[in-house]
Amino acid sequence: MRHLLSMHDLDRDEVLQLLDTAASMHDVQRREVKKLPTLRGRTVVNLFFEDSTRTRSSFEIAGKWLSADVINISAKGSSVSKGESLRDTVLTVAAMGVDGLVIRHQASGATLQVSKWIDAVVINAGDGMHEHPTQALLDAYTIRHRLGDLEGRHIAIVGDLTHSRVLRSNLICLKTLGARVTLVAPPTLMPSGIDGWAAKDGFDTSYDLDAVLPTVDGAMMLRVQRERMSGGFFPTAREYTVGYGLTRERLELLPDHAVIAHPGPMNRGLEIAADAADSARSLILDQVSAGVAVRMAVLYHALAGEQGVGERELVEGKSV
Amino acid sequence: MTLLIKGADLAGAGRQDLLVEDGLITEVGSIGSAGGAEVIDADGLVALPGLVDLHTHLREPGREDAETIRSGSEAAAMGGYTAVLAMANTTPVTDTGEAAERILDLGERVGLVDVQPVGAVTKGLAGEELAELGLMARSRARVRVFSDDGRCVHDARVMRRALEYVRAFGGVISQHSQDPQLATSAACCHEGELSGRLGLPGWPGVAEETIVARDMMLARHTGSRVHVAHVSTAGSVEVIRWAKDRGIAVTAEVTPHHLALTTDLLADYDPVYKVNPPLRPVEDVQVLRDALADGTIDAVATDHAPHARHDKEHAFADAAFGMLGLETALSVVSEVMVRSGLMDWAAVAEAMAVRPARIAGLEGHGRPLAEGEPANLTLVDPEQKVTVDAAASRSLSRNNPWHARTFTGAVHATILRGRPTVLKGTLA
Repeated sequence: MRHLLSMHDLDRDEVLQLLDTAASMHDVQRREVKKLPTLRGRTVVNLFFEDSTRTRSSFEIAGKWLSADVINISAKGSSVSKGESLRDTVLTVAAMGVDGLVIRHQASGATLQVSKWIDAVVINAGDGMHEHPTQALLDAYTIRHRLGDLEGRHIAIVGDLTHSRVLRSNLICLKTLGARVTLVAPPTLMPSGIDGWAAKDGFDTSYDLDAVLPTVDGAMMLRVQRERMSGGFFPTAREYTVGYGLTRERLELLPDHAVIAHPGPMNRGLEIAADAADSARSLILDQVSAGVAVRMAVLYHALAGEQGVGERELVEGKSV
Repeated sequence: MTLLIKGADLAGAGRQDLLVEDGLITEVGSIGSAGGAEVIDADGLVALPGLVDLHTHLREPGREDAETIRSGSEAAAMGGYTAVLAMANTTPVTDTGEAAERILDLGERVGLVDVQPVGAVTKGLAGEELAELGLMARSRARVRVFSDDGRCVHDARVMRRALEYVRAFGGVISQHSQDPQLATSAACCHEGELSGRLGLPGWPGVAEETIVARDMMLARHTGSRVHVAHVSTAGSVEVIRWAKDRGIAVTAEVTPHHLALTTDLLADYDPVYKVNPPLRPVEDVQVLRDALADGTIDAVATDHAPHARHDKEHAFADAAFGMLGLETALSVVSEVMVRSGLMDWAAVAEAMAVRPARIAGLEGHGRPLAEGEPANLTLVDPEQKVTVDAAASRSLSRNNPWHARTFTGAVHATILRGRPTVLKGTLA
């Protein structure tokens, strides 16, 4: 793996390998002393053009537990207004001698563009409405941990799909792993051109959550921002919840084994009821915990490279 | 200065010699020799009236790091143009007679191409109050084309008044048709399946089409002339065809990039392909080609939009809109319209010279290649292969979507009022 920009960068075997590595990392995470020497001497910069607490700290912990030198740079605010181009900004950072750049940017495609300008490994930590590959990997990791192989499993992804990078990465990841996917949202929150997309990539769409839920193995609820109402995407929060929220009543529609995921942060009471978020079938805290392990696996595969220690040594090796 | 152009194919009218004296074509036919004349061997070349671009951004005044009237004039001459209409979105905006005269004068000083200013429709392009349309029309620049290009005159009341007002002096409103209410302000590409996948906010085709349709009705109501700038969708073509069938005074232009490039080029988020109106799907492109061939679309216009490198090296959503076009337009049209059999060179002459000059009211341009006419002409080598090199452009900018593409058909010479500005493909 050179960069991780999109879930399209990984085939099925590579995804499974990452998830297996993540499982090893998860074991390390449970040790008393968590630090591995794997990336000692490597420098990872978290370059965040957009605010993020969870993802940034998750990457930071992942890097530190692998002994990388991790530096956080907040580059919030448009580089356009600073008179500096994005290319100038990243070349400046890269020129400091960085091995890996973990980038979050508010503009779709920014990490892909950056990867063409610099030599360092680029990890996409979320680019606009485009992708968030490590989120998709940790979602897959968590669901797989609970349900086993995802091949043939049916996952519904529900919520503000048009504005969601989590959707786009999860869609690709779940299809790569052989899952059946149904997207559920009001028409105004479906991505443009969804019908052609669904036909080509082989997934379903529905406006009827009640009809979909009884057939799923998992429901992935995505955040709905209240400000979407002012954009005219739906009339009121109440109406959204009645149509598309995972309410207490709707929990009854889920098969017994079905799980609930949410990438956070949740709008409790809007897209997900407290009873759903806190139920035994909820994976939400597992997702956060898996986030560090998955990001350790990604950094390991992207940066340890051939000079890195083998996975077996890595896991069995002494903590430092 | 006397020029003897030997054996040029006069755009479908057969091989002729042309004698050019004192800026005029003085003889057409079989001319043995002319004493003291500079001879241009035009064997195998097609002669067209000098090309006229209805839609150019020269960036001066305000962004002379991206283009100047000099560099833009050089690019225009290299592209076979003898006249260009310079859009008003400079800093300051061309919204007064004085500003228009300044553009005219700067163009004359360079002298490579007639630079005809376009006036803003509204003050500061703000879309609210009419600019001094009449004073621009009365100025030495004799402005006849008005446009807020880059922005749509989306307020129907303002558009109506502008259309009515310019009737007094035979003006035309060139509209950038795009309803800002039908997309977010962050829109940066065509809204469709690809934008859905890429997570880019887009303009749906209908954001253009509803404005085109509204303007057709306003043109019918006012009896005024409206010109649809850079038509980009099949739906707009349908509406324009409908309006023309009813005798509404509408004309339309299409850019070379909308005739040749499609939205799928955005898959790698390369800002060189970021342009407004956006590149559309191949289905639209085919309709645009057919509409240009059948005359529903009157003209090819470049929308030449130079940008400094640092204004393009942003994230796709943040990068500037626009691409270069002056130097490559003829080659693109040769490739996609002539070599495909959709148009002959006589039709190219109509679309790139005759009709644009008529729309803009430029009297000395777009004239027949006949005795007594101004000697504004372009010699084209229809068989010459050119591979575009962005670094070789006369433009100061490098946002060139055609880089490394090869076309058949190239400008060999450009002659402005009897004086070659380009000979053998280089500035004279």
